Amino acid sequence: MIAWAVDFATAAVGLALLVCVWRLVRGPEATDRVLALDTMYVNVLALIVLLGIRLGSGLFFEAALLIALLGFVSTVALARYLSRGDVIE
Amino acid sequence: MLEQLHLGWQIVIAAALVVGGVFALVGAVGMLRFPDFYMRLHAPTKATTLGVGGVLVASLAVAWSQGDFGVHELLITLFLFITAPVSANLLSKAALHLHVPSRAGDAPDVRRDA
Repeated sequence: MIAWAVDFATAAVGLALLVCVWRLVRGPEATDRVLALDTMYVNVLALIVLLGIRLGSGLFFEAALLIALLGFVSTVALARYLSRGDVIE
Repeated sequence: MLEQLHLGWQIVIAAALVVGGVFALVGAVGMLRFPDFYMRLHAPTKATTLGVGGVLVASLAVAWSQGDFGVHELLITLFLFITAPVSANLLSKAALHLHVPSRAGDAPDVRRDA
């Protein structure tokens, strides 16, 4: 049952990633593209946690924590760049 | 290994995984389908965060079922739930600054000191 649920969740998150790629390519505004990137890193984090459940390993949580940190910092930097023109004044 | 768990643990873990996957998909579809940027901002910041929260709850249940405490899962959940509103707020401020069109009419001016 758990293997089926992990497969279902992986397929759903993968489909969500594809939808985000569509918004990243099309996105009429620059902020849409940054939002798509933000959603993509959250979805990739879910994929890594799913891989950790599937393989029964605790090593993947370090990678997930790193991706969460770097994704937040990069979203903040891109939003600052769009609103102020530079990242660090 | 996970298939030898007690049936109650299996049901909890599978339900959290399915709910998380569905919410992640709903968030992405909302970002695809909503008509303007300020509406599109809502779907990923709430639904996708809840979707990843569901997956992390499943991972936490796996850790608890094997006698671990699950510090990593708690840390990731806490960090994600703190940072998602902050990045959404910064993105909406950037959109207001760039005068991204809204269906509700003209966006108000952004204060410089905000």
